[in-house]
Amino acid sequence: MSLLSILGVISSAIFSGTSLLYTTWGEILDERAGIVNLGLEGVLLVSASTGFAVAARSGNPYIGVLAAMLAGGLMNLLFGFMVITRRANQLASGLALMFFGFGLSALIGKPYTGTMIKGMPRFIFPGLAGIPALSTSQFKFDVLIYLAVPITILIWWLLFRTRWGLSLRAVGENANTAFAAGYNPRLIQYQTLFVCGLLTGLGAAHLSIAWTMTWAEYMTAGRGFIAVALVIFSKWHPVRAIAGALLFGGAVAFQLLLQAMGIAISPFLLDTIPYILTLLVLIAWGGTRRHAAPASLGRVYQGSE
Amino acid sequence: MSQITSTPSRSSTSVLIAVQVIVRYLFIFLIALVLFGMILVIAGKNPLAAISDTLSFTLGSTFGFSEVIVKMIPLVFTAIAVALPSRVVLINVGAEGQLYMGAWLAAWGALTFTSLPAWALLPLMALLGMIGGSLWALIPAFLRARGLVNETITTLLMNYVAPSIVTFFIYGPWRSRGDALFPQTADFVPAARLPAFFGTRVHFGLILALILLVLYWFIMKYTRWGLEMRAIGGNPQAARRNGIPLTTYIIVIMCLGGAFAGLAGMSEISGIHGRLRPGFSPGFGYMGFLISWLSGGNPIGILIMSFVAALISAGADILQINQGLPYAVVNLLLAITLFVVLAHPTFLKGKKA
Repeated sequence: MSLLSILGVISSAIFSGTSLLYTTWGEILDERAGIVNLGLEGVLLVSASTGFAVAARSGNPYIGVLAAMLAGGLMNLLFGFMVITRRANQLASGLALMFFGFGLSALIGKPYTGTMIKGMPRFIFPGLAGIPALSTSQFKFDVLIYLAVPITILIWWLLFRTRWGLSLRAVGENANTAFAAGYNPRLIQYQTLFVCGLLTGLGAAHLSIAWTMTWAEYMTAGRGFIAVALVIFSKWHPVRAIAGALLFGGAVAFQLLLQAMGIAISPFLLDTIPYILTLLVLIAWGGTRRHAAPASLGRVYQGSE
Repeated sequence: MSQITSTPSRSSTSVLIAVQVIVRYLFIFLIALVLFGMILVIAGKNPLAAISDTLSFTLGSTFGFSEVIVKMIPLVFTAIAVALPSRVVLINVGAEGQLYMGAWLAAWGALTFTSLPAWALLPLMALLGMIGGSLWALIPAFLRARGLVNETITTLLMNYVAPSIVTFFIYGPWRSRGDALFPQTADFVPAARLPAFFGTRVHFGLILALILLVLYWFIMKYTRWGLEMRAIGGNPQAARRNGIPLTTYIIVIMCLGGAFAGLAGMSEISGIHGRLRPGFSPGFGYMGFLISWLSGGNPIGILIMSFVAALISAGADILQINQGLPYAVVNLLLAITLFVVLAHPTFLKGKKA
């Protein structure tokens, strides 16, 4: 295998893994604050369709990205209303949010099915343009991919070095204790869900606006659930999430590579690789990492009245 | 979930409870319909035209009504496939995948044992369908029972694998030589087709589904198994300490759920399509999940909500043509209904004991 094709595989791994990385971060924050959000699949779809529609209408992909983020935030606030204010079951509400997203995104995206947009400019990272192998290959990325690096640091800093991050983690471990310590668990959970929505919206925007540059019904193909699995794999840590996202992205790239090499495996069977890989990752680490989970994950905060 | 299952209060008769249940469902559905209408207005559609189109097609003609019943059959199966595991606090979101694997194994039976008479072939296909679905459910059940992975996420992920396997077989080994345009398996022999009634597409699967529903109600209410399952549902740890085999129940109940979803797949391909097609299910498994949660696992509730969901689903076919709405709006309306149920607004709590 030539250097060029290796770079090509890495490049497509990064492209397919980015939306997953943002989504995994969102889910990490949610779960750190004690909320399991199974609805991210629906949030991704609504954000992807809204972002794409706005980008196609306005002709400006960046406005599309902002719209996708806002849509994600709003979707998660709806989820927050269910699980925080109405104290509904988190798993059921998450799945209801997923179905809501299936329907709403189809409605939003319908007029734009088959539309192509220009997408976002892709460029070689300024300092690396001198390396010849890179400049001739597909090693050009959009700004959302580069943005992932500072956002990694930002999330790590927010979660582990700020007062807000401390209160968020305190709520996830024990909401009643956090309340006794003077925090407002409900407010913190709402804030977390909104930030998660923004991140998921960024991921969705990368999927529909920057990478595929199209909209198709159910285009996220389970990324919202794979993100939930990757949270366990990354032990609820934002930096480890990068490894998880690259692993999944690599599975997609591997699948594309096998197809490109003309290996006689049905594309329908290759399609299943990322899901089977995710399942295997869950089986390998699901049991052993349970102790790393926030202590009151999934528990509904009943309040103190 | 328990908010809408009616708990019998001391004085009221069972008829009164039934009326209460129905009124509650109607009320929930009305709220959902208003919210749904608001979304349609925002989307620039006419909600009143959408509703009147749906109702005049589904309830206004014999054909339309029969189509609602046709759609209801797989939904009853998949709703039980979700409701049964939910009795022992298992969340089975994998009915869609289990349905596909059931259809897959049943289709293998239909394509292999072509010389068998109908009275032998149909039960064999039903059995294969149940085996296919339950084997697919066995994987998440085993992982859950061993305490490795939560079944919610595994069943969800496996939904993305099953249809690909089915499509692989349809494009590969089982592809019919006849038609190149639409990949599908060869037509099943007449003996592999479930009989239909009154010149409509309503097939024998309806009777199977209703028998299953009665059986589900009977087992939950009058048998030791039902009692033990309710005990597990109430407090798994206490149930285990009282000698109820928790692990066995998790595996058996999950596989039974998978078997019923598989039966939905078998009855669809045998009763409706007469062959295996890629993507033959428009999300019956997912809708079954919504129905099960909406009904709180209550058998009458499953029957009512399956009918309503089938009505919406049949209506969505018409709305696709008349109003240019995507079929997926079915999910939107059902999801809003589930939101209303889960948020359990105070005026719906009623006379909860």
